Amino acid sequence: MHLPAYRFGKPYESLERDTLVHFLTGEKIAEVSQVGGAIVGRDLQKAGQARAALLAIDPEEIVERLQTAGNLYAHGTLTVGDTKQSPDDFVKQQSATTGLPESLCRANMQKNMFVLANMDRMLDALSRGLSPEILWKGYGTEHRGVVVSYQAQSPVLGLVLPSNSPGVHTLWLPVIALGVGLVMKPGSQEPWTPYRMTAAMIEAGIPAEAISLYPGPTDVGAGILNTCRRSMIFGSAKTVEQYRANPGVQVHGPGFSKIILGDDMVDDWEQHLDVMAESVAINSGRGCINASAIYASRHTKEIAAALSERLGPIDVKPPQDPESKLAAFTIPGAAKAIWGQIETGLKASGVSHMTAPYGDRLVEGERCGWLRPVVAHCTSPEPEIARAEYMFPFVSVVECSQATMLEKIGPTLVCTAMTENPAFQEELVNSTAIDRLNFGPIPTTKLDWLQPHEGNIIDFLYRSRALQVAVEKTAAVS
Amino acid sequence: MVTPSASQPASTAAAGKPPVFQVADAAAVAQARQQLDAHTVEMMAWHFHPSTGCPFWLDYATSLSFDPLKEVTCYDDLKKFPPFEDEWLRGGPVRRWVPKGMADKPMFVFETGGTTGVPKSRVNHRDFRTDYEMFSDTLPEEYFPRGANWLMLGPSGPRRLRLSIEHLAQHRGGICFCVDLDPRWVIKLIQKGWMEHLEAYKQHCIDQAITILEAGHDIRCMFTTPKLLESLALALEKKGTTIRKAGITGIFSGGTEFTPQWTRFAVEELLDGAYMTPTYGNTLMGLAASRPVVPADGYTIAYYAPQPRAVIEVVDFDNTNEVVPYGGTGRVRLTTLTHETFIPGFLERDEGERELPYAKYPWDGISGVRPFRALAASTTVGVY
Repeated sequence: MHLPAYRFGKPYESLERDTLVHFLTGEKIAEVSQVGGAIVGRDLQKAGQARAALLAIDPEEIVERLQTAGNLYAHGTLTVGDTKQSPDDFVKQQSATTGLPESLCRANMQKNMFVLANMDRMLDALSRGLSPEILWKGYGTEHRGVVVSYQAQSPVLGLVLPSNSPGVHTLWLPVIALGVGLVMKPGSQEPWTPYRMTAAMIEAGIPAEAISLYPGPTDVGAGILNTCRRSMIFGSAKTVEQYRANPGVQVHGPGFSKIILGDDMVDDWEQHLDVMAESVAINSGRGCINASAIYASRHTKEIAAALSERLGPIDVKPPQDPESKLAAFTIPGAAKAIWGQIETGLKASGVSHMTAPYGDRLVEGERCGWLRPVVAHCTSPEPEIARAEYMFPFVSVVECSQATMLEKIGPTLVCTAMTENPAFQEELVNSTAIDRLNFGPIPTTKLDWLQPHEGNIIDFLYRSRALQVAVEKTAAVS
Repeated sequence: MVTPSASQPASTAAAGKPPVFQVADAAAVAQARQQLDAHTVEMMAWHFHPSTGCPFWLDYATSLSFDPLKEVTCYDDLKKFPPFEDEWLRGGPVRRWVPKGMADKPMFVFETGGTTGVPKSRVNHRDFRTDYEMFSDTLPEEYFPRGANWLMLGPSGPRRLRLSIEHLAQHRGGICFCVDLDPRWVIKLIQKGWMEHLEAYKQHCIDQAITILEAGHDIRCMFTTPKLLESLALALEKKGTTIRKAGITGIFSGGTEFTPQWTRFAVEELLDGAYMTPTYGNTLMGLAASRPVVPADGYTIAYYAPQPRAVIEVVDFDNTNEVVPYGGTGRVRLTTLTHETFIPGFLERDEGERELPYAKYPWDGISGVRPFRALAASTTVGVY
């Protein structure tokens, strides 16, 4: 199987190819054409054509085609690269190169399909009921009778996608429905979702010239970020820091998501064990929305012990086993290196390794490695491990007074807060350390897609600005 | 791992297909080898004779277990020397590298490295001129016409390249326009993560290049690096023109990022019919020309050193005195044999595939040149 680059719909076979192999067997799965950053720079000079192709179609029709694409993505046999690919093929290929269990690949597939199937509701929610015609035309009259204008900030959105987390693709799925083209650098190990999604969209009637796929080395990513006026990048804390001050780049890095138990509810902690376990371990703990810390003022040792009893026995299973819950680290030596960091953290004063009784955590394979779930107990928020996040089910249960909790938690993408104390709820609402806030027993991983994630994508792609029309012309505007 | 050879082998020999270029015949290869052997003996006589050798080598010879004047009778005998350590080139006194036989000649010093710490230095009297005059003979007149003016859009300052390109232009009857470019600052910008500054500096260089190209100087030839060529081509395209329409007919370029795919992209999309010849070189060796880069050869870029003045061998990673088989992968080992400089068996920071001798250059070549795998992570390439 060969995956070429797509230059606004035109396949491009490079002389240089990357070979993707099965993480367990080393069997060749696919070759992926590799292009350089200059191709991106050259093509993007014509990025306006991507948006023009979308704007030539009625916005409601685009949404309908995306819904069809969702169905094709989840259920259809599509031509991906030079090969017909069924949903089962997709799952096996994605699992083979990312190390994700097949069941998790299927779950992510369903998530992507759900977002596309509900695209009309999502857009309505994110735009607060704005007519999509206004985004297409640039201005129009709202239902309140007020002229509004939304100016597209870029004809395309650049995406530097990750290799390790197929779940993130939901973030860019609404972009086409907003009349903005896609310029993607697929993750080197996970080209599968962007390629299959592109195939499904084109099959459903989305103009091919609105989408580009540029697999390649890091200079492709740099080319995208330098040339697209709006881009998203997924990366480490270092990447986040590098682009923090760049308004044209939305960075998605570690989430440091957390569960907080208020003093009013902490004595009932056992009732929330399911929520805690799911938040930590679902999707093999790979997401930025998986909880990496649980804060409470008391019962923390018991919580950590109970979570360990639940998660500690989870073991490595073959990727095709429906019960397989752990993804492999496919880069040789990665699991061992991470375990080395964790072991150091666990030796700090005030830290206990609660999953130690459940056997070795590091499992080394011939070509890859796994880490079984780790629960650490911290007697205060001070040890470094209390602020750690890893790409597997890992959580620190941290003892901390409610009064100092919000000072100590640090940046938190998703916070599930178990409290009915109005004063504490008010503090939580006002905390700028928290992005998504859940009140009550909602797993951190359960996202309401009708609400924005790390900023509203419409606000990122469009700028609301003033546009006045002389009174006699108003009728023509509406 | 990205491998240029995965689908389209960079090395013709590795592909197991008949070569599409004219392979040198055995007689030509043997004759070239005889010349190399004779040249080696002549160079030993120069560099190790007390009246002509430089202080460094005369002093070094006292520590050797053999007499280079008597016991080096052919090129292969140079294996008796321990590998050359480029660290010896850092720091002074610089005169220790000047052969006594040319002590009264005007000398240049050219630097390489030096982003941090003391750069490596090589003294030159006219080696750079000789190298580029020889290279000049390989340039097709159709694209590099005699008398045409040149633009040097590449690293300047204490580097050999800047003066060499100017000399090449003059040697061919033209005048060379130059743009300042400090690669040490570029590397620092990358190391600091100041990517906006990097872009601004690159744009600053490109703006100057376009200004010169548009100033009516009838510039038809250019030296530039792949990254700057990309930027220049895209900047010109934004202005509704191209490199060819800006007057350039011939481009001479160099760098390890010269992959078959990049070359194909440049030929198909950036050059608009201008001719580009890739080269491989550095301050220590000089300049290796390439055999013609053509689609039928999978855009393979194979370089041939200017033998006998310099020799490139592709050697086993572990046993660096053994060349690998044709098509095999190994590290670049460089030997420089001029009256001004003697560098035996220097292990370069690059690797590649060993190529068959070419009719025009009847000795071994190298293709697929890229940073040596053991050092690749710490090497910053393609920065300017």
